[in-house]
Amino acid sequence: MSEQSNQSGAGGPIKRLFVKVGVLPFFLLGALVIFTALSSKFLTGQNLVNVARQSVYLVLVSMGQMLVLISGGFDLSVGTAIALTSVVSASAMVFFAGVFPDAIWLAVMLGAFMGFGAALLVGLVNGIGVAYFDVSPFIMTLGVSSVGAGLALFLTGGVPVSGLPFAFGDTFGFGRLWGIPVPVLIALLCIVVMWVFMSRTRLGTQIYAVGGNIKAAHLSAINTKRTLMLAYMVCALIASLTGLLLTARVESGEANLGGTIALESIAACVIAGVSLRGGIGRVENVVLGAFFIVLVQNGMNLAQVSSYMQMVLLGVLLILAVIFDQLRYRIIMSGR
Amino acid sequence: MQTTKLVETRGLTKRYPGVLALNGVDFDLKAGEVHVLFGENGAGKSTLISMLAGANTPSEGEIVLNGEAIHFGSVADAQAKGIYTVFQEFSLIPTLTVAENIFLGWEPMKGPFVDHRAMRRRAREMFEELDFPIDPTAITASLSRAQQQMVEITKAFHGDLSVLILDEPTASLTDREVDHLFGFIADLKARGVGIIYISHRIQEFQRIADRVTVLRDGAKIGTVAIDETDEDALVEMMTGRAITEIYPTIARNPGEVLLKAEGVTTPGVSPASLEVRAGEVLGIAGLVGSGKSRLFRAMMGVAPRLGGTVTLKGHDITHAPTREIIKAGLYYLSPDRKAEGLDLAKPSNDNLALNLVMGGTGVSKAGFINWKTVRAESAKIADYVELHEGYRAKLVSQLSGGNQQKVLFGKCFGQDADIYVFDEPTVGVDMGTRAALYLLIKALAEQGKAVVVISSDLPEVLHLSHRMLVLAHGHISAELSGDEMTEDTVLKHFFDESGVTA
Repeated sequence: MSEQSNQSGAGGPIKRLFVKVGVLPFFLLGALVIFTALSSKFLTGQNLVNVARQSVYLVLVSMGQMLVLISGGFDLSVGTAIALTSVVSASAMVFFAGVFPDAIWLAVMLGAFMGFGAALLVGLVNGIGVAYFDVSPFIMTLGVSSVGAGLALFLTGGVPVSGLPFAFGDTFGFGRLWGIPVPVLIALLCIVVMWVFMSRTRLGTQIYAVGGNIKAAHLSAINTKRTLMLAYMVCALIASLTGLLLTARVESGEANLGGTIALESIAACVIAGVSLRGGIGRVENVVLGAFFIVLVQNGMNLAQVSSYMQMVLLGVLLILAVIFDQLRYRIIMSGR
Repeated sequence: MQTTKLVETRGLTKRYPGVLALNGVDFDLKAGEVHVLFGENGAGKSTLISMLAGANTPSEGEIVLNGEAIHFGSVADAQAKGIYTVFQEFSLIPTLTVAENIFLGWEPMKGPFVDHRAMRRRAREMFEELDFPIDPTAITASLSRAQQQMVEITKAFHGDLSVLILDEPTASLTDREVDHLFGFIADLKARGVGIIYISHRIQEFQRIADRVTVLRDGAKIGTVAIDETDEDALVEMMTGRAITEIYPTIARNPGEVLLKAEGVTTPGVSPASLEVRAGEVLGIAGLVGSGKSRLFRAMMGVAPRLGGTVTLKGHDITHAPTREIIKAGLYYLSPDRKAEGLDLAKPSNDNLALNLVMGGTGVSKAGFINWKTVRAESAKIADYVELHEGYRAKLVSQLSGGNQQKVLFGKCFGQDADIYVFDEPTVGVDMGTRAALYLLIKALAEQGKAVVVISSDLPEVLHLSHRMLVLAHGHISAELSGDEMTEDTVLKHFFDESGVTA
């Protein structure tokens, strides 16, 4: 019943689109127009394929981030989960490759599992803190991200872990199957699984319910604590998968992987209409949101915007997206 | 002698998109009178006073103060003209001291600094003058609701008070506090202050009101002098129908005891024992804060469980998690549909679907959902609770209170249950919807389910229940059934400890 909302008159088609899917279509259109004008190389098939390939990592992390956002929290420690996975899995692979020199794939698998394990621990701690001790997600994941980053640096002494099995990088970093890069295939598989999970399973429905109104969820026989734990752990797991793919791409275990990905993934989600208040968000839009962020970065590179200025613009974009999210929420809640 | 009109509204109208909240209301207040505004929730009382208080601007019509038409730009504007409103939601900042709250925005200064000593002294003087026993240095959050209300009223005495608007002032007060408030209102009347008083408690009107204006659906039904009317006539004016048309007669078929509580204790409730039977409606009455809701919340595991045992169909559920209790067949309908009942940013359909999904409807063993089945079931439920088809795909936040409550009721048909606890089932709901919801309760009870109705609305409990428990100050003060269930008897037990009756 707020005064401001009453003044917004009848809903035109643009407004209806905005209410339905959020700010993304407008941002996407704006980016396409601006960067096409700035660089002739931007709107080419080759460049767009390139962007699609580069966006794999952000798409994955953003889907995890989306889960946590829908559950009503957010995860600043996704970058740390990536770094920790990278360092732990690389170290383990190097170690096991020495132990089983004849079974390289066994070493790769063991390394990957240890990486997953490390990230799951990050998700577990986040989940316990948020669900059982009511620590605000902001503080909890910020603290955990410092702990995890510290551990990753401590484990490696700040030096990248090198000497990974070649097969690992060749397959998961640069490999192709049916002509499609392996990371893209993995991302596609994750998108499908995630879409089914969120829209077709009881657990997915529970995550929406907990984020929408946690007390109502509790009174609808939902185990809210377990649902929150699940969100943080799946988020960490997807980040971990991303960490493995990135490790394969750079062919070494690095503690500084995923430095800016927390901010980027939150931006991707919010731009894609995931509500910061929880309960609202769609997988397909988030995929597009992540693609948009990478597209903008690519466009800025082509337009020769310096990387420092890119940081500035990314921050501005995030804040703008949040402002539009607020506007949209106000329109939704006031009805019209 | 003609008494002067302090405030007058002429054709006051307020339109929201799609809603006519107030429709051409003429209202006037004389100096030294108490004018009661009476009507259901959503009748337009709050809209009317929000405009008098300056919190809202009329779409049409005018407000006349002491003979001249005025426009209030803000609450501060209205206060500067001597109109002060004590809203139901207090405008106190809980973390500040009482004195700081009273002087918020009017702080006495010593040079560039706030003079805290002067502030405390003046607050103490004001409390003495009003005879309110409150410590000005106390942190506001530590006060009882009644004391907070006194602080709120005290805030009104900064300026030149000529009109005091009280919105449901006695809703959460004990009887003694009500006496004190009424004494205070009498003093104000004597000083020539005009008082607009909003209340649902019809039994109070004889004590303090001079005139009553009844609103329904945004329109004025009439203004009557209190000497020329009685309670039944007022209720009929308010609802537009006689009482007998609203409450159904529910057949009583007491079966086995389904829910049993022995010595259940929770903060604010001393050990309480009770039995709930199948085929029977058990009413729970008591004032706000009497613990009637907390007792059941503790049994549900939503409030802390400090002691006692709870047995549900022979199984001990004393320490079971809420979800297990619900799955075992005890459903609790929250009194606060916005805070803990509904997901406001989702359509009605999705809200209904949640309970169906949690109850296992349309869910495969592996946890996959067949939305077609769920949608079909939720449509059936929506039909059953008479939720209009146009509202089903709408966001719950955009529905009226009555329709929101229908959705909330619909949620309880998503999961199988044997015992339904309805906590304030019709709060903020219009009469038409009420009658529909009562029929749902009737159907449940007559199907052999056990129904508990917890309500602060005394006529509601009296008319619906076969047996009732009255709570006062956290203990069960009476169990009544049959002819014992009269308003007078119940009221007597409301104030069991203070020993005073209304």
